[in-house]
Amino acid sequence: MRIELRRRTGGASLLREVASPVIAVAFTALVGAGLFALLGKPPLSALHAYFIEPLSDIWSLHELAVKAAPLILIAVGLSACYRANVWNIGAEGQLVAGAIAGSAIPVLFPAATGPWLMPAMIVMAMAGGAAWASIPAVLKNRFGASEILVSLMLVYVAELLLDYLVRGPWRNPEGYNFPETRQFPPSARIGELFSAGDWGGRANWGIVIAIAIAVLTWLLLSRTLKGFEISVSGASPRAARFAGFDARATALFVFLFSGALAGLAGMIEVSGAIGQLRPSISPGYGFAAIIVAFLGRLNPLAVILAGLLLALTYLGGEAAQMSLGLSDRTTRVFQGVLLFSVLASETLVRYQIRIVRNRPADAALPEAAR
Amino acid sequence: MMVEALLLTVITAATPLLLAAIGELVAERSGVLNLGVEGMMVVGAVAAFAASQSTGSTYVGILAAVLAGSAMALLFAILAVWMATNQVATGLALTLFGLGVSGLVGESFVGLPGLRLAPIEIPLLSDIPFIGEALFGQDILFYASIALTIGVSWFLFRTRAGLRLRAVGDAPVAAHAIGINVLLTRTLAVVFGGACAGLAGAQLTLVYTPQWIENISAERGWIALALVVFASWRPARLVVGAYLFGAVTNLQFQAQGLGIPVASQFLSALPYVATIVVLVVIASNRRFTMINTPAALGQPFVPDR
Repeated sequence: MRIELRRRTGGASLLREVASPVIAVAFTALVGAGLFALLGKPPLSALHAYFIEPLSDIWSLHELAVKAAPLILIAVGLSACYRANVWNIGAEGQLVAGAIAGSAIPVLFPAATGPWLMPAMIVMAMAGGAAWASIPAVLKNRFGASEILVSLMLVYVAELLLDYLVRGPWRNPEGYNFPETRQFPPSARIGELFSAGDWGGRANWGIVIAIAIAVLTWLLLSRTLKGFEISVSGASPRAARFAGFDARATALFVFLFSGALAGLAGMIEVSGAIGQLRPSISPGYGFAAIIVAFLGRLNPLAVILAGLLLALTYLGGEAAQMSLGLSDRTTRVFQGVLLFSVLASETLVRYQIRIVRNRPADAALPEAAR
Repeated sequence: MMVEALLLTVITAATPLLLAAIGELVAERSGVLNLGVEGMMVVGAVAAFAASQSTGSTYVGILAAVLAGSAMALLFAILAVWMATNQVATGLALTLFGLGVSGLVGESFVGLPGLRLAPIEIPLLSDIPFIGEALFGQDILFYASIALTIGVSWFLFRTRAGLRLRAVGDAPVAAHAIGINVLLTRTLAVVFGGACAGLAGAQLTLVYTPQWIENISAERGWIALALVVFASWRPARLVVGAYLFGAVTNLQFQAQGLGIPVASQFLSALPYVATIVVLVVIASNRRFTMINTPAALGQPFVPDR
């Protein structure tokens, strides 16, 4: 008895393309039901509280948009990286670096105002995120250092830098010694989509920016030479070399691209949802976005839906905490299980899984002799 | 006395790194990159705490940690080895999952005093001045870390099974062709890695800080991964690396104690910056790495029947 994988012929059909994320989500819900039962909660009503209730009122839909924006933005950038087989797992650090750089003007020059302020903040945030992402890229290209570990280590360095700034030089002088910066002035805040009326709520322009960038990135990856270069260098480094694509330039490009988007996500978070810098500004968006990228099968359009779903796991965690007294740690467990399921169902799409009886005698024989 | 105290703290900080790294080294030698070390370690830590709390025995705690770490590794092996999923993403998933599960399980233990693993004095040797107490009056996990390092070194380079394991990590297709079961070899290597990560976790909750704190592993799993690169996949060099990092972590507290006027955040960032520096220095020395890096590291293997 052993498990055997056989590559499916004829490529993956569209049905299977769509089936794989759906299977993954269904399996995760199943595991979730089991987990709730283990924790002594009624599984079905817990699932309902987790995944359905947050979608049933306007306020929560706004929250969903607020949380989905950074997830979508970061995951779109990471999709480009992973297509090129470049492993940026430090987006959380690039988010923090972008948030710091984007906050410099409103924190240091609180009187500064004008129509130029928001574009300047956006440019600085993207530059900050890209600069932070350039470190692992350059160290990979120049010395061959593992970008996985370097980008991850820089997450903790960025978080400590943020902590130092908000407790030290950037602390609000009128803030009774709380570890936070000044509140941003109104002109440094991203506007709300519908601040009043029946549709009113907290959702800001961040979600619109995120979706627009996702669509543009989809065009870049699927309709331009650059996108082709990225895919080829990931799928077949040798073919990329023959085509004259420079692997180092591609690695640098996807790192800068994903870093800039993560930086923008960080700025949208502090300038939209929070309104100041604090010691912690992200509930792990940079890591959850890795799941979003895979759930969206590295396709920026599908990433939009995947981002909404991951945003729902955060919201559901909060809702289940309030209504059922479930720990918010379940969110992390869910996210881990979801990534497992996504990866496993990917295998189901690419291979036929067959369980075969062992015939040890055959194992060493060439095909023709059987 | 001063020397002894210093040596003791360095050893306590280095032991979990060495334990986790020696396990990961074996997994990587078989061609599997498991980025889930942090997750396996933290689940091992909470298992050790829970089991020692409920039975009153630290040794049952150690056993529980080994089982928990192995179970986590087996989950990884089913996906990354048998189902040929992407190893980087699967390892990350294991870490996310492990941090979540340990937080969930450990919620009820926060703030409880834990049991401390009793040291085992080795007669005569522990009377050596200066170093005796630090080296020969230690707990079983320290001895285990040294014994495992020697054992793994012997296994990899002095036994037939070790040669097979390295063959699987360097040339899985060739190994498969001569009848070595690649997937089984890799599974065993990964599970061994999980067992060692579990031991490292047990050291955290039974020796280092006998209590449960969420995320107690504090990125040590990631540092262990970097140590394997630092050691260029050779067990003996791991000891040097682990003790170097033990000393760096210690430097933080020493500097704070001596009142050196540096913001604490910069001292806390030291281990992470040191890791990056080490990775760059080692990677830039081609002769050092190219020879030893398992050629098939990170590549899934699908046997053609």
